[in-house]
Amino acid sequence: MDELLTILISRINYWVYIILMMVGMYGIIIKKNLMKKIIGMSILQTSVILFYVSIGAKKNATIPIIEHGHDTGHAAVQATHYINPLPHVLMLTAIVVAVATLGVALALAIKIYKQYNTLEEDELIEILKEKEF
Amino acid sequence: MIWQLDLIILMIVIVLGIGALTVKDLLSAAVLFGAYSFMMCLLWAIMGAVDVAFTEASVGAGVSTVLFVAAVFRTSRRTKD
Amino acid sequence: MKAIGVILVGFLGGLLIYCSMDFPPWGDPHSPASSHVSPYYIEHTLEDTSVPNIVTSVLADYRGYDTMFETVVIFTAGIACIFLLRVFKAVEPETRLYRHLPTGITLRIAQGGKFPDDSDQFKRIDSDWVPHDIILQTTCRMIIPFIQIFALYVIAHGHHSPGGGFQGGVIFGASIILFAIAFDLRSAIKRMGERLTAFLCALGVLIYAGVGLVCMLYGNNFLDYSALADILGVDRISARSHGILMVEIGVGLAVMAVMVVLYYNLASAGKHDEGL
Repeated sequence: MDELLTILISRINYWVYIILMMVGMYGIIIKKNLMKKIIGMSILQTSVILFYVSIGAKKNATIPIIEHGHDTGHAAVQATHYINPLPHVLMLTAIVVAVATLGVALALAIKIYKQYNTLEEDELIEILKEKEF
Repeated sequence: MIWQLDLIILMIVIVLGIGALTVKDLLSAAVLFGAYSFMMCLLWAIMGAVDVAFTEASVGAGVSTVLFVAAVFRTSRRTKD
Repeated sequence: MKAIGVILVGFLGGLLIYCSMDFPPWGDPHSPASSHVSPYYIEHTLEDTSVPNIVTSVLADYRGYDTMFETVVIFTAGIACIFLLRVFKAVEPETRLYRHLPTGITLRIAQGGKFPDDSDQFKRIDSDWVPHDIILQTTCRMIIPFIQIFALYVIAHGHHSPGGGFQGGVIFGASIILFAIAFDLRSAIKRMGERLTAFLCALGVLIYAGVGLVCMLYGNNFLDYSALADILGVDRISARSHGILMVEIGVGLAVMAVMVVLYYNLASAGKHDEGL
């Protein structure tokens, strides 16, 4: 029972990330509103970031800041005692880049709204078709 | 990692993510997305990624919500789906 | 269309869940991701750079190239937002709202009327939000200095605790955004103008690349901060620690300025006259 529980716990995290990723993808594909599409894109991004960070998790390990004193010097550092910092670094920059690109996406949405006075995808396509003919 | 806490927050994250996509008012969607980001930050703190959690708390829950609200303010709150 | 989307999403989700059976178990210390390069970082960061926060040392020292070009991406996003939205030709709004400060009367000046000067007597207010918000403004005036000091602390103390240039820069930018929301966009722009923010964006990236170039001039590799030992007058290990701090300051400046630029342009749709 206990083993089953640990297996379930170890897998359920990954399953939740996949569900979140699919929720974001559903938003991108099916929602008609551009703002909803941007929200879906952000959810997809965060789920991928979540997956990367969870790869670096280690059991019985502490946060990646080495314990140190001022005058005691330092004992040999064991890699298994600290969580893998590499995914954290890569994803930390990814989050800040995500908000910068979110700004550009919202700027595009505002520009489209100024030009066509709507944010719905189907109305936009209709307006564009009318312009063509 | 405390798995009970982890499980509860995972549930809240899914509910908030679906809520942000389905709600019919874009301002509510922006605020729900801010709550989603904050729950995500707690999830990272549970996993031990303190730097990532800090970044998400300031960027995702702070600035990106403001940017969303600003964009909704300059466009429209109405949405069909 | 909707059915196709649901089927596609369901199929992809099922496929990924099937593949998740092959992932290493949760929290496995010997998983492939944590068995090659990351043990080196964990074991050598203190003797190489004397920075206890491994994330900071990897971010700015071992993988400095990565972070430099991420900063360039953020800078490019800020510039792209200016190019997309900024309206340089000033379109005069038809009506403006002014508040007569001694009496508190709100004046609405229609098109063709003479706008009063921004003196002690009259103050322009946003057309979407007329009431006084004294509580909000007083509270913000009190807490904004503390937010800014905290942001500087986060940048400076990133070596020993969670934090660094990205977080500190975002918090500093958020304090300016808070000022712009609590007061109005015009007084925020008066304090931190468009030219200044654009200059700071570029300056941040320039500091980062400049530190790398100085290292190169002293005969080391690009972004190998141990070359700074002679300039700073410290040993080579502390020089790497100080080099990380310089780079973090550059990142903080760039990120702060880009956040402010994004907010200014999004909140006013590029006109820079009336914000949230």
